[in-house]
Amino acid sequence: MSDMKTAAYLCTGCGIGERLSAAQLAKVAEREGKMHLVRQHAFLCSSGGVQLIRDDLEREGVTHLMIAACSRRAKTEAFHFPNTAMSRANLREGVIWSQPDTEEARETTQEMADDYVRMGCAEVKKMKLPAGNPDLGHARRLLVVGGGISGMTAALEASRAGYRALMVEKSGSLGGWAARLHKRTAFREPYTDPADTGVGEMIAALQSDPNIEIVLNASIAKTDGAPGRFKVEIAVESGSARTEDVGAIVQATGFSTYDAAKLPEFAYGKTPNVVDQAGLERLAREAGANPIRRPSDGGEVKSVVFVQCAGQRDDSGIHLPYCSGFCCATSIKQAMYFKDANPAVDTAVIYTDLRVPGNGEDFYRSAQSKGVTFTKGKVTGVEPGGNQCKVSFRDLILDEDTAISDVDLVVLATGQVPNSGVNIGDPEDAVADAEVKPISILNLSYRQGPDLPQLKYGFTDSHFICFPYETRRTGIYAAGPVRRPMDIAQATEDATGAALKGIQAMENAHAGRAAHPRSGDLSFPIVRLDGCTQCKRCTVECPFGAIDEDEKTYPVFNESRCRRCGTCMGACPVRVISFENYSVDTVGAQIKAVEVPDEFSEKPRILVLACENDAYPAIDMAGMQKNVYSAFVRVIPVRCLGSVNAIWITDALTCGYDGIMMMGCKHGDDYQCHFVKGSELASVRMSKIGDTLTQMSLETERVATYEVAITDMARVPRLIDEYAAVINKIGMSPLKGFA
Amino acid sequence: MGNMTELNEQALAKYRNSFLHEVEERVEEGDWVKMCMQCGVCAGSCTFGPHWEHSPQKIFMMIRAGKREEVLRSDSMWMCTSCYNCVVRCPRKLPITQIMHGLAQYAHRLGVAPKMQPTRDLSLIFWNNCIKTGRVNELRFTLSLYFKDGLMAGIRQALSMQSIALALLMAKRLNPLEFFKGHECKDKAGIHRMLKKAQEIESRRQGAHK
Ligand code: SF4
Ligand code: SF4
Ligand code: SF4
Ligand code: SF4
Repeated sequence: MSDMKTAAYLCTGCGIGERLSAAQLAKVAEREGKMHLVRQHAFLCSSGGVQLIRDDLEREGVTHLMIAACSRRAKTEAFHFPNTAMSRANLREGVIWSQPDTEEARETTQEMADDYVRMGCAEVKKMKLPAGNPDLGHARRLLVVGGGISGMTAALEASRAGYRALMVEKSGSLGGWAARLHKRTAFREPYTDPADTGVGEMIAALQSDPNIEIVLNASIAKTDGAPGRFKVEIAVESGSARTEDVGAIVQATGFSTYDAAKLPEFAYGKTPNVVDQAGLERLAREAGANPIRRPSDGGEVKSVVFVQCAGQRDDSGIHLPYCSGFCCATSIKQAMYFKDANPAVDTAVIYTDLRVPGNGEDFYRSAQSKGVTFTKGKVTGVEPGGNQCKVSFRDLILDEDTAISDVDLVVLATGQVPNSGVNIGDPEDAVADAEVKPISILNLSYRQGPDLPQLKYGFTDSHFICFPYETRRTGIYAAGPVRRPMDIAQATEDATGAALKGIQAMENAHAGRAAHPRSGDLSFPIVRLDGCTQCKRCTVECPFGAIDEDEKTYPVFNESRCRRCGTCMGACPVRVISFENYSVDTVGAQIKAVEVPDEFSEKPRILVLACENDAYPAIDMAGMQKNVYSAFVRVIPVRCLGSVNAIWITDALTCGYDGIMMMGCKHGDDYQCHFVKGSELASVRMSKIGDTLTQMSLETERVATYEVAITDMARVPRLIDEYAAVINKIGMSPLKGFA
Repeated sequence: MGNMTELNEQALAKYRNSFLHEVEERVEEGDWVKMCMQCGVCAGSCTFGPHWEHSPQKIFMMIRAGKREEVLRSDSMWMCTSCYNCVVRCPRKLPITQIMHGLAQYAHRLGVAPKMQPTRDLSLIFWNNCIKTGRVNELRFTLSLYFKDGLMAGIRQALSMQSIALALLMAKRLNPLEFFKGHECKDKAGIHRMLKKAQEIESRRQGAHK
């Protein structure tokens, strides 16, 4: 502490000087903030202003900076001092732009600014410059699990970017489902005809690539470590095993087709003339250049019916509830197999909604002009009779029950079921009771379980809305249909993205930097083990499975697996987890620095803990749009609501704050939380805060949680004002003046 | 024009159960029918939609479902007012209005169009009126329309329109002498020859001699 030299810089530009008393702010920084050096500048982000700071860093040996100017989200290039601890007091967006420029408002506006200066000074004094992550890993090879289109694409793309790849494929050959196709759906201009799969060329490219090593008939027996230093045990069917060092992993384990035997109403299994789409591909490949024959007797095929959504989009709870997204285009393609060979073959596609995303619409149109009949209807049954079938359906346009008879071949469009391994979210006894025991794919040695966490229907959890490639395991990326149902074109794009994410993860691990969304962050959670009570909350709650346990059940942090969300810090009841630049103290000190006026002042104080990813930018933008809100709030950005430790709440309440608003991202299945589980965990924790409040003889309204999106710049001021009105109604906190 | 029902039987025999192919070959713009994607925009856009039995969307679906009799005997396509609302809105750019008229005309040629259909009556009267002299005689056209359902109905109609007729007379928009010998176009015989030729081409094109 002795070698800490603090400096505060007050900018009077952007109207700050006109609206606020700079002299007063300087006094606060000096007397209350105890800053060694306090300077003012009329245009701090200008080269002159920045130079002033640089000179002080050099000549005065300043180690800790407090900049009172615009939001910490503004002018980040100008105020970039990587070797100095720095805090920012938000006087522009947070004060003068969000407060009315009137004589009556002058006093409360100044008080707001004074408090933000106090908070900035208090914060910076508790900050340390991150020393850098000790958990470096330097393996630069990408492991690709699965040798289908997605896996092959990931390996080839990694190689093209100059990285080595190791491919592990369970079966004896590469290509996956794509290798079993006759043709693929049109994927480039003019999107009119089925195209060659190109799988052969891809396999050849892979095999001749010196950067890529392929291990067939093999699975992953164990995955240990962290990005940059994964140790993977590969078990080969022949019995041999080997251990490899890899830096990142792409899991491209694809899908299985939904079992058509579960669809007896469509006569699957009762006659060979009813096939699923994979079955039709087989027939087409067998036929080669000849026309596809009727399986039962080799007879000529004159009429084919395609049953869309077979066992999919089912709301009865028996079959797949979702749309697999690729199968409409596949039926279109397969109908073309017949039409292109012989336009006289009748082909009817019976669909409820034809879903052909992207340029699939052109493909659909092409099939129509080739004479494929599209009938909007719902198939109710398929009856075999001799070598032909009768397909009954409800015509949804003409609103009648009808049928097509003398059908030679019926094709069922069944969906994709992800090959995602063990659902670590399932309760253990349910897994034990399951008919078919799920087989783990990655066999992670992580404390939270052996595979990637899943979101719904068995698909791996990825940040669907904002960061689709991310999973909940840093350095491991799911690509292709294991992540969501998709076709070849989408899987190719997906795998390319995943390979690039893998490369990025390896480079981050090499440099000791955090991965998304705090990319570049050099801080990491530090735990003071002598205070730890082995409560396991951090190991259980970490959304990214970064924390393992040692034999004595103490937490073991794997910094390179960590995303720096602070959820562990928020969870820890004894507060032994912190970051050098973000801790229970850096926030706690800010809370305590605010001057809380007495009960009779009619000036309540409302603490806003705002997620730095969405809510804080929304509040900033409210200011930019001059959306005025109550002058009684004091906003502190937090990394994630998950990082909010209960002590901040009790501290604030005992300090006499009248209310606390917690603003985080949306949670649930369609979550927007950047750290996936943070805001959800926070809301669970806060749902239990009621007892604490009652014990303190406080109204439960004094703590409120909100879901705020980054676009809420008009809503947030409204929420604040409504909450201020609530506080006004229940009255000032009785705890003022006791702290 | 030959025997229309016979024509119908020929068509029936030729296309058996593939009405869609028949429409594609024989109905004006009929090869567009397969391109409909059943979105229903036309049905929702048609100014007369609620008054028809089948919207264009349904007519197209019925064609694809092979409902030959129901389509050709339907009075739906006769109800089209040629407002072109559907055509400008159809995402698949189907010339719906033309298909509606094409279907109506085809049904008429086959002799299966609904009898006593007002639009069809009007079209016939109009056509017969205008091919006579190469010009429409408005007075006679109006009167034939009034008297199409018999003398008494005609008189009643005419009387109810009396004031309008008088006003038109005053404004010199109606010349009673037109009743006897109206304007004719210069080369009446030429027009007749042209129509004859067109009819020949048309029946060839629409497969009457196929
Ligand atoms: S893509 Fe088509 S066939 Fe497949 S589930 Fe979706 S709507 Fe049904
Ligand atoms: S909870 Fe967040 S900060 Fe803590 S170890 Fe896990 S990822 Fe890192
Ligand atoms: S608007 Fe066009 S595509 Fe849509 S139903 Fe009507 S004709 Fe078909
Ligand atoms: S053109 Fe005919 S079918 Fe089309 S909207 Fe108008 S009236 Fe209806």
